[in-house]
Amino acid sequence: MVSMTELLTLLPLPSWIVLTIAGAIQAALLLVVALCSAVIFIWLERKVSARIQDRLGPTRVGGRFGWLQPPADGIKLLLKEDLIPAAADRALYRLAPYISFCATFCVFLALPFAAGWVALQLNVAAFFVLAVAGLEVFGVILGGYSSGSKWSLYGAMREAAQVISYEIPLALCVVVVVLLAGTMDLVEIGRQQEGWLWNWNIFNPFAFVTFWVYCTCALANTNRAPFDLPEAESELVAGFLTEYSGFRWVYFFMGEYAAMFAVSGLGAILFLGGWNGPVPVSQWLGLSVDPHGLGAWIDAAGNWATAHIGIHEHVCFAAWLGNLLGMCNFVIKAVLGATCMIWVRWTMPRLRIDQVMTTCLKYCVPIASAMIAGVLVWSFVFPSGVVAYVTAQLRPAIEHREAAPPKAPAKKTATKSTARTIPRGELGEGGGAGRSLLVYGTEEVER
Amino acid sequence: MNAEAIRDRLHQPFGPWLVGSDFAAIDPWIEVRSEGLSEIGRYLREDPDLAFDMLHCITAVDYFQPDEKKAAQVEWQPHVELIYHLSSTVHHHRLVLKARLPRWKDDKPGQMPEAPTVSNVWSTAEWHEREVFDLMGVRFVGNRDMRRILCPEDWVGHPLRKDYEMPTEYHGIQAR
Amino acid sequence: MLTERMDPETLEFDVRTDEMLINMGPQHPSTHGVLRLVLRTDGEIVTEVTPHIGYLHRCAEKIGENLTPRQFLPYTDRLDYLAAMNMNLGWSLAVEKLLGIRVSEKTRHLRVVIAELNRIANHLVAAGCYGLDLGSFTPFTWTFREREKILNLFEEVCGARLTYSYITPGGVTADLPPGWLDRCEAFLKQFEPVIGDLHAILTNNKIFIERTAGVGVLTPAMALDYGVTGPNLRGSGVDWDLRRDGEPIYTEMYEGYTWRIIAPVNGRYPDDHPYPAIPKEAVVGDSWHRYFVRMLEVVQSMDLIRQGMEKYLRAAGEVDKPIDVKKKLPKGEAYLETEAPKGQMGFMIIGDGSPIPWRVRLRSSSFCNLSVMGQLCRGVLVADVPSIGGSLDLVLGEIDR
Repeated sequence: MVSMTELLTLLPLPSWIVLTIAGAIQAALLLVVALCSAVIFIWLERKVSARIQDRLGPTRVGGRFGWLQPPADGIKLLLKEDLIPAAADRALYRLAPYISFCATFCVFLALPFAAGWVALQLNVAAFFVLAVAGLEVFGVILGGYSSGSKWSLYGAMREAAQVISYEIPLALCVVVVVLLAGTMDLVEIGRQQEGWLWNWNIFNPFAFVTFWVYCTCALANTNRAPFDLPEAESELVAGFLTEYSGFRWVYFFMGEYAAMFAVSGLGAILFLGGWNGPVPVSQWLGLSVDPHGLGAWIDAAGNWATAHIGIHEHVCFAAWLGNLLGMCNFVIKAVLGATCMIWVRWTMPRLRIDQVMTTCLKYCVPIASAMIAGVLVWSFVFPSGVVAYVTAQLRPAIEHREAAPPKAPAKKTATKSTARTIPRGELGEGGGAGRSLLVYGTEEVER
Repeated sequence: MNAEAIRDRLHQPFGPWLVGSDFAAIDPWIEVRSEGLSEIGRYLREDPDLAFDMLHCITAVDYFQPDEKKAAQVEWQPHVELIYHLSSTVHHHRLVLKARLPRWKDDKPGQMPEAPTVSNVWSTAEWHEREVFDLMGVRFVGNRDMRRILCPEDWVGHPLRKDYEMPTEYHGIQAR
Repeated sequence: MLTERMDPETLEFDVRTDEMLINMGPQHPSTHGVLRLVLRTDGEIVTEVTPHIGYLHRCAEKIGENLTPRQFLPYTDRLDYLAAMNMNLGWSLAVEKLLGIRVSEKTRHLRVVIAELNRIANHLVAAGCYGLDLGSFTPFTWTFREREKILNLFEEVCGARLTYSYITPGGVTADLPPGWLDRCEAFLKQFEPVIGDLHAILTNNKIFIERTAGVGVLTPAMALDYGVTGPNLRGSGVDWDLRRDGEPIYTEMYEGYTWRIIAPVNGRYPDDHPYPAIPKEAVVGDSWHRYFVRMLEVVQSMDLIRQGMEKYLRAAGEVDKPIDVKKKLPKGEAYLETEAPKGQMGFMIIGDGSPIPWRVRLRSSSFCNLSVMGQLCRGVLVADVPSIGGSLDLVLGEIDR
């Protein structure tokens, strides 16, 4: 598959310029994704909340469904006076929104939208995402502290207490999946869930429990209701946002909604199969790097066309199309996740700070820890998955039966079960268990 | 227990403090000397047969007619009257207690008249007495928080007094 | 140096965090108007709450001394503007008590219907805003949607949606428009299932229970001591409602109606209402019970409205017209408290023989209900302050008068 950098090397330019341009293009693309997702979520939130509350929500702006409402809001906010309270620490007050937004934005760097469609494929992507997303709290604390308002300070302190506490169970949830997958590479984790619906991590019993803990922690980490204590409007006026207005406020706001997409996307990759649909359509159609069937035809046709306009490099059109399909899957999952977050927000009252801490320390952390222990045991018992384990256990019996005079129904079940294990078995070799994690670990050390 | 029976009941311990009553009025009332308010209040609340556990309201009425022509026609001397509305959730009976105060302490204008507090008997009185202090200018001795409650701290005068003059201006805001 | 460090007092002084004074209001989203609370906090813990009121003070009592009772009626609308009909009713009854007049049976039943309808509207606002205080926006819009329908009914009756001046001393300004009772019945019918929705989204919500049960526990003794009345008093398990225990001029309105006072006496509510089970975390007198009493009173008021409409239809004669604007008041004083939705609203009127009263006194229920706030909020968390304040259902128009 050809990457953007490779495409750009076709241009007669020195390599450092090419790299810079490629980086800029990717960053711009990501920014567009982050901002668009924020804008779409703001619109979605208004519409969903309106429907929950028996209202219509925006209907006029943009003709129908009020689809231009968020840009209109944005323009209004841009035109607002840039107010800085007299008691504020001006430099920090100005800096805070950007820190917050950049931290969220950086998560998108390592978030794969499809197999290989990732700005930065890191072998420690899961770790990177957690680490970078955690930086968002600095912006909030700075903003709250520098506003020179007691309400803001309260909001900042709550954010600090809450987000830092919830990082722990959130990280533990990610660790469960990492243990299961044997890699921290999000692309690899996504690739392992290829195939049918039941290959998704969520169908592992431990990951299933972990998923709900992850949902709770993700809500808490993005300050969404019922964990929106840092900006609790009925208690703290607007928490750390109290003194912010205009475009600085927009930055925080965008950051919040982009973070919603980021955690939903991360959840989709870790638990819900990432870019893989419930049915392996792109495999059937042969839309991969190694195309066959329809994919081969598309590839041939595309390359014939490019050759006609003078590009003789081989371009994997089939894989590109498959990735597009995968990205649609991924985006749908992330949007569904975000919709659930919106739904929860508009139906739940807010927790109190002690209850937030109780939820974290008494429920989320122990459950996540138990799941880690469970997954460890699981990986040693079933090093390459349950199906592989069961077939391995059954193999002597099957072989025995095959050796014996064939009985039609028995043979049928046997073939069926082996047929199913094929993709899973391959996955197991790819590094799907605790044993391979150890291998992975040594590799890391050797490097 | 009706007001008459309550008066009889109070007569034994507080005889000298009971100065008047009207049992034919719409709300039958008993008038007591102002210095006895606190003790009588405590008795009314704590006596098991009376058990006035709820103080509804403290009202102060300024009997003063600024218009001299009209003042000649009224039958009362200028005074401030305190009215306490009590009831018992146990015995379901009601009582109106009144006390008369001079408009000014020692008849020196500007010197607030004083009455003993009943806030140590019913906590309701705490804010009601503050309100009377604020709007009528009666100082309740023993109330631990004798501040204005509805008007600003620096307000001049007591608006419910009949001779009250609204200031023309308050902190640069035209008031009239 | 070492001994100094070991000294526990010095150590305590070293690690003690500073207290912070926070000004909550008068422009705060959850102080229900222009209430100002000064919180003394130690981190998230509130050590002291001092309410400051008077931002809406217009000395309505002084205004009352310059107007005749009917002219003063619109000012009563502005006391508890969420239950203006009940304010009108209280004032009208107080004036009637002084004048010694009794309205006709038909008028009484009409007043019951209107007052109870307004009670529903008030409790809907209370429940919705309480949800809002706890961070749940949706019940607020649902309850306001239903309240709008009640306001539509009131608009048909008197032309106003907030300040009605409908129940006047001597009677009501006009009889019901034709077909109104059917529309009222239609409203009640469609409203019934909505109560179930509200129970689902708030009353039975786990987080709602966590936030309200055991928070701001008001003991019966404390409630009576501070003159706390209305649903707040009944939420503490005191069996006291002026509709039954009030003065005859008021209680005769409810004669012939079947109803029971809703209060968790000995932890049990009267069991003739369909309602969700009481969570085991709830303590009698806490915020949850105060809220729940209101929700049950909504159901009860619907029942009373239905009975009232039936009696109104059966009663002979016409509804009474208001008294003359410049009717002379007799010498004497009359004090009357009625069971307004927020508590016992008292009106006192002292006549001196002229049409203008010598003195008017307004005993506000929210005023007394607020006075207990400082006690309830001692040692709670910052988030509990709106939770307790909201459960007391305050309205500043009435507190500041």
